[in-house]
Amino acid sequence: MKIGGIHIQHKRRIAMAGILFALPSILGLMLFVMLPMLASLLLSFTDYRIVNTPKFIGLANYIRLFDGTDPYFYNSLWVTLKYVILRVPLGLVFSFMAAFLLNMQFIRGKSVFRTIFYLPSIVPAVASSMIWLWLFSPDLGLFNSFLEALNLPTLNWLYSEQTVVPSIVLMSLWGMGSTIIIFLAGLQGVPRSLYEAATVDGAGALRKFQHITIPMMTPIIFFNLIMGSIGAFQVFTEALIMTQGGPNNASLFYNYYIYRQAFQFGEMGQASAIAWILFIIILLVTVIFFRTSKSWVFYESEV
Amino acid sequence: MKKSRRIQQIIVYLFLIGGAAFCLLPLFWLVRSSMMNSLQIFEMPPKWIPSPFRLQNYVEALTTIDFFQFFRNTLFITVSCLFGALFSSSIGAYSYARLEWPGRRLFFGLLLASMMLPSAVTLIPTFIGWRFADLINTYFPLILPVWLGSAFDIFLLRQFYSTIPKDMDEAAYVDGAGPWTIFTRIIIPLSKPPLIVIGLFSFMNSWNDFMGPLVYLNEERKFTLALGLQMFQSLHSAQWHLLMAASTVVILPVIVVFFIGQRYFIEGITLTGMKG
Repeated sequence: MKIGGIHIQHKRRIAMAGILFALPSILGLMLFVMLPMLASLLLSFTDYRIVNTPKFIGLANYIRLFDGTDPYFYNSLWVTLKYVILRVPLGLVFSFMAAFLLNMQFIRGKSVFRTIFYLPSIVPAVASSMIWLWLFSPDLGLFNSFLEALNLPTLNWLYSEQTVVPSIVLMSLWGMGSTIIIFLAGLQGVPRSLYEAATVDGAGALRKFQHITIPMMTPIIFFNLIMGSIGAFQVFTEALIMTQGGPNNASLFYNYYIYRQAFQFGEMGQASAIAWILFIIILLVTVIFFRTSKSWVFYESEV
Repeated sequence: MKKSRRIQQIIVYLFLIGGAAFCLLPLFWLVRSSMMNSLQIFEMPPKWIPSPFRLQNYVEALTTIDFFQFFRNTLFITVSCLFGALFSSSIGAYSYARLEWPGRRLFFGLLLASMMLPSAVTLIPTFIGWRFADLINTYFPLILPVWLGSAFDIFLLRQFYSTIPKDMDEAAYVDGAGPWTIFTRIIIPLSKPPLIVIGLFSFMNSWNDFMGPLVYLNEERKFTLALGLQMFQSLHSAQWHLLMAASTVVILPVIVVFFIGQRYFIEGITLTGMKG
């Protein structure tokens, strides 16, 4: 009896400590996640311009967006989608390729390459925006002088509606370091014995890549796909510093649009509605990815 | 056979070197431009190496606006956040990984889910909240949330804590130790490497943060380096040589910290990616 009592007391003590230790994070979750989420959902149904008191207006904010009264909504949605569609697959392919080549057995100086590939991703976004603004400069930039030296037509990069999004995608590929490292770690984790067995069976490099490397890497590809997409939908600093959404709103990325609406125009209610639409889009995309993942992501534990 | 293999290897190296050049060129161009005078920098076709090297640019860039003030501000925020991140993530992760309490799974699940939440959704009401608390244009909105736990750090550290054998706790309990003793005597001494990882990531996050200071700070003397750099650009957009010098100064501390803690960075990123 006594031992049982002590046991219960011990359990209770641990539970108390557990709650106490988790308290900051629970508080943070409440104060900075749950409460703001609820508040922003409520605000999205109000007319609230920071100076007035919020006035309930039902779905008017959403209707205004979807019926095209606000000319920027579809524009910014489209621009952001274009960015995501370009950036996510290109980013995955490039970083996977870099990691794959880096993982080849005969490569010397692996850690030097790895450091170099990772280096750009630690550069603060503000500073990298400055660097690329300079590289992209139509009259004085490095890229156009390359093109000129090769006798190719120069581009207007950030200053033309056609090239602004691809330019920012190019810049974003510069900061792919952590994705490369995650891929590299994954590739190093593929058991050697699988390749050896395949070699014994007479499989060539291509077949090994197709039937061992890719399937074994699908969980990590999936992880990077999800994280990359969520990140790409929220591109912001580049737009604010390099283009201010221009030219002619061709780089009015969604997050910048929210920022502008909320903090430059003070339309907090409207901006909340815009933010919630982004949330739902990201949620949908994630759910779709998870649904399809069953057919292409391979987990070892399933074997 | 042997020859074609050699050629293959050379092609792989060429690709890697091309990639490395793509990574380094912008940084080289930054430093190169930061040391040119205003005439050289406008020369076409561009020169690769400045002559003469004009270090005066750095002096000019740093004195045109009060970069040292921005540096101090950034350092203050960064260090405050660093301690906050270490504190909240270590106790939080310990609780979620090794203590049994009702609601543990629920809250940990919510924490994980919150990582997927776009920050724009919470930004607006959070801003309004800080405004009501009359704390706009202070560092509280930048620092306090970190003391209340970042989901990413807790997740990362929990991964690590789960790998420490549970027998150690049991043995300590039998000896009459409480959770706090176990945390400070067993868990913390074992978790130096992941704590360094969290410290480094936290440093990078606060140092590089732009949106937070942009939204919450509006008085120049309170600005951070990132914000100061943006202000510098809006004031001197045509003076590329000075802008590049200022950018170099903002980047330099991050690069130094990166090279010191390189090993831990790689470990940390690997740890996040592995448990997708």
